[in-house]
Amino acid sequence: MTRRKPIATGSDWNFEILEAYEHELARLADEYRLDTYPNQIEIITTEQMMDAYASVGMPVGYHHWSFGKQFLAVEQAYRRGQMGLAYELVINSDPCIAYLMEENTLMMQVLVMAHACYGHNSFFKGNYLFRTWTDASSIVDYLVFARRYVAECEERHGVTAVEQLLDACHALQNYGVDRYKRPSPISADEEMRRQAEREEYLQAQVNTLWRTIPGRPQSDTLAGSADSEDDPLGLRAGGRYPPEPQENLLYFLEKNAPLLAPWQREIVRIVRKLAQYFYPQRQTQVMNEGWASFWHYTLMNRLYDEGLVDEGLMLEFLQSHTAVVSQPGFDSPFYNGINPYALGFAMFSDIKRMCENPTDEDREWFPDTAGSDWLEAVHFAMRNFKDESFIQQFLSPKVIRDLKLFSIVDDDQEEMLEVTAIHDERGYRRIRESLAQQYALSLREPNIQVYEANIRGNRSLTLHHVQDSRRPMGRSVYPVIRHLHQLWGFPVRLESLSEEGAVVRRYQWPLPDEEAKE
Amino acid sequence: MTYFIDRRANAKNKSAVNRQRFLDRYRAHIKRSVEEAVNRRSITDMERGEKVSIPTRDISEPVFQHGPGGKRTIVSPGNKEFIEGDRLRRPGGGGGGGGSGEGNASNQGEGMDEFAFTLTREEFLDFVFDGLELPHLERKALKDLDEVRPVRAGVTRDGVPARINIVRSMREAYARRIAMRAPIRRALREAMEALEEEECKDPVLRNPSRIAELKAEIERLEKRLEAVPFIDTYDLRYNNLINQPQPSSKAVMFCVMDVSGSMTQAHKDIAKRFFLLLYLFLERNYEKVELVFVRHHTAAKEVDEEEFFYSRETGGTIVSSALTLVDEIITRRYPPTQWNLYVAQASDGDNWDDDSVNCRERLMKSLMPRLQYYTYVEITPHAHQALWEEYETVAAEYPDRFAMRQIVEAGDIYPVFRELFKRRAAN
Repeated sequence: MTRRKPIATGSDWNFEILEAYEHELARLADEYRLDTYPNQIEIITTEQMMDAYASVGMPVGYHHWSFGKQFLAVEQAYRRGQMGLAYELVINSDPCIAYLMEENTLMMQVLVMAHACYGHNSFFKGNYLFRTWTDASSIVDYLVFARRYVAECEERHGVTAVEQLLDACHALQNYGVDRYKRPSPISADEEMRRQAEREEYLQAQVNTLWRTIPGRPQSDTLAGSADSEDDPLGLRAGGRYPPEPQENLLYFLEKNAPLLAPWQREIVRIVRKLAQYFYPQRQTQVMNEGWASFWHYTLMNRLYDEGLVDEGLMLEFLQSHTAVVSQPGFDSPFYNGINPYALGFAMFSDIKRMCENPTDEDREWFPDTAGSDWLEAVHFAMRNFKDESFIQQFLSPKVIRDLKLFSIVDDDQEEMLEVTAIHDERGYRRIRESLAQQYALSLREPNIQVYEANIRGNRSLTLHHVQDSRRPMGRSVYPVIRHLHQLWGFPVRLESLSEEGAVVRRYQWPLPDEEAKE
Repeated sequence: MTYFIDRRANAKNKSAVNRQRFLDRYRAHIKRSVEEAVNRRSITDMERGEKVSIPTRDISEPVFQHGPGGKRTIVSPGNKEFIEGDRLRRPGGGGGGGGSGEGNASNQGEGMDEFAFTLTREEFLDFVFDGLELPHLERKALKDLDEVRPVRAGVTRDGVPARINIVRSMREAYARRIAMRAPIRRALREAMEALEEEECKDPVLRNPSRIAELKAEIERLEKRLEAVPFIDTYDLRYNNLINQPQPSSKAVMFCVMDVSGSMTQAHKDIAKRFFLLLYLFLERNYEKVELVFVRHHTAAKEVDEEEFFYSRETGGTIVSSALTLVDEIITRRYPPTQWNLYVAQASDGDNWDDDSVNCRERLMKSLMPRLQYYTYVEITPHAHQALWEEYETVAAEYPDRFAMRQIVEAGDIYPVFRELFKRRAAN
């Protein structure tokens, strides 16, 4: 057995001790081929941590009341002791910023370094979604640009006008994402250089689209194709605009809303860009937390094996780790949905297990993984999936059994709920399928797209909501289309379509009677 | 590569602006809570912030969401008893059971939690005053200049040893020494050079008497150098203290209220808010503020705050009984040389017929000469009676220190308060 020579004992820490542990963690992380951005570890106070929480962890942000609300909520919860702030906050940037709170014990600091600086950090750098959609080197600069731009707008146009605009944009920010097209990287310098130019250009485009001079009468038009050279938008040729449904509502508004001023378009763009930046995080919660938990667990155990931490610290660690990755059952008073830390940790640990000690079941279910090099296998899983596909690919019967997963179908046309699958031979695949769907953003959020902007008539905007499994819109639909109406400036309609394509429900703003009054 | 940064010394309160934006946005809600709190709180209990709740419905940020209904499959952990094909009753009223929470995490939910948070004391007071639509009181208005306090005001050449400013004195001494010794040093140097020159001469050419002369001169100059004092009374500098007029640090406020049957709880609430404003105002001007509660119907009595605002009696009204009691309390406990005395009286203006004259006399002869300020608010929608008329004479006599106004409803409180205290500011 290794003779213990811990770097430090007790729960007090200082910078030398932290640096010594960080050094060891870096060495071990390297052994495990964890490729990371440089780490910037910041020691902060409780209050600063609450600030950081309130701004979604962003080191700089524009001002908005909702962040103030967030701060008050965090403060209240913290003061009442309902919430520990200690765990982690890490920013997908280059260098990767992680916060250590000064009140934390030595164990916590080491744990957070392992979790954030090597777990999350390597995930940000390695996972394909982050590689495709975010540019870690420019996000902080972009935030600085956004903050300054919003502040300037507040000065010129008043806080209230900017606030209302931001409210509207925030309501739609989940629909401000390009899911299939990689955006150009965002960088502050570039933004500032191009911003004035963009204002003019954009406005010119919008003006073309909405000019009031009527086009040539339809009968004069020869074939649509003959005219397409000087009528790229197909305005005169008739037909629907946009020709294809648009899923990025904010992008559509930024480019086409008739009445927005150039500065308003820029703010729509800022919210859209930030939504885009957070998009990968929303899709990789289970994987990201699972990966970080898997590595803090592995690294802490290595520190212990090498005698670099003492038993006391290890016990404290295990207690904390167990609390983080515990999964209360659905009937527990502590149940709050599936804990992404628990599910992710279980899955990554399971991949390692089936590489090292494969069973017949594993060989049948995961022929490629079972018995292979575990480090290669977990890295492969981390790099190439998002929650939905990760679960689809790697959720094993063993994890389903360990968590005792079961699925229930709640159909409003049936009187009773039905248990459709449990953790048995017949249920594994169905549970895996259902759970993967539960993490598919496209199914979690209503599927809404811009269907038509009436550019020749009353300028109204029509959206289509394609129902999935007959699930209707929630009542928040009205506040949201009100916001949408504010951005668009003319009547907004939202039509819910059944899977067969029939309109089952219409929402509009302004409400019909108000419209009549106008 | 890793580096550590200690950010703890960095600016805190990064969220201050956002917090303020939030408070501004929900001003109406918060104002309501604060007004309720003001009515509920005791006058002296202003040290805390206030907890404010806003219905989550009003504060949510809506996004497109699924509503309840349709067909959903929910995967949950922790199955112990179910087998495939089991059918179960839908858990009533949402929540519970296997619900994933997707449907009810919306902004329309009935019985949802309130969003609760705590205002700091400063925020709370800002709202107290803001609710009445004027953020800052005229701080100067009531400054009383009887008391003085010594404050430092530069340095001077005269003073007592206890206030010597050592640094400045030494600096003066140093300057003086340089100035006084420079010509002596110069003469000394010249004498020494001359002596050296003389001594270097060929012995035949030396002039012994000249040497002796120079030696004597050098000795004399050295003595003179030594005689320059290290420090001289001329050098001494003293910290200068001047007497600056100060508001007396202590004040006492007499809350005088008519509690006869005609004063309803609504009247008392109005009175209370008026007293509260006055108290806060005094509290910002004086280090120590005491409160004396005097209530009266036909007889006056000193009581505690609780009894003052919440007891209710019936019967007639003799206002002068209260004024007499105040007068006595002042004589007994609050000598006007040490205390700033304020009286705030609230009444519905109803008084025993002959008594109003007594009130006037008591005020004119005894009370007004000793008081900083007397405010009278008459809480009534009705026409004024004898008391008001008598008080008008007092007001004419003491236009700066006696003020009276009528309040009909709660909304009048602040404007009246403002007017009462603005008048002297104009002087």
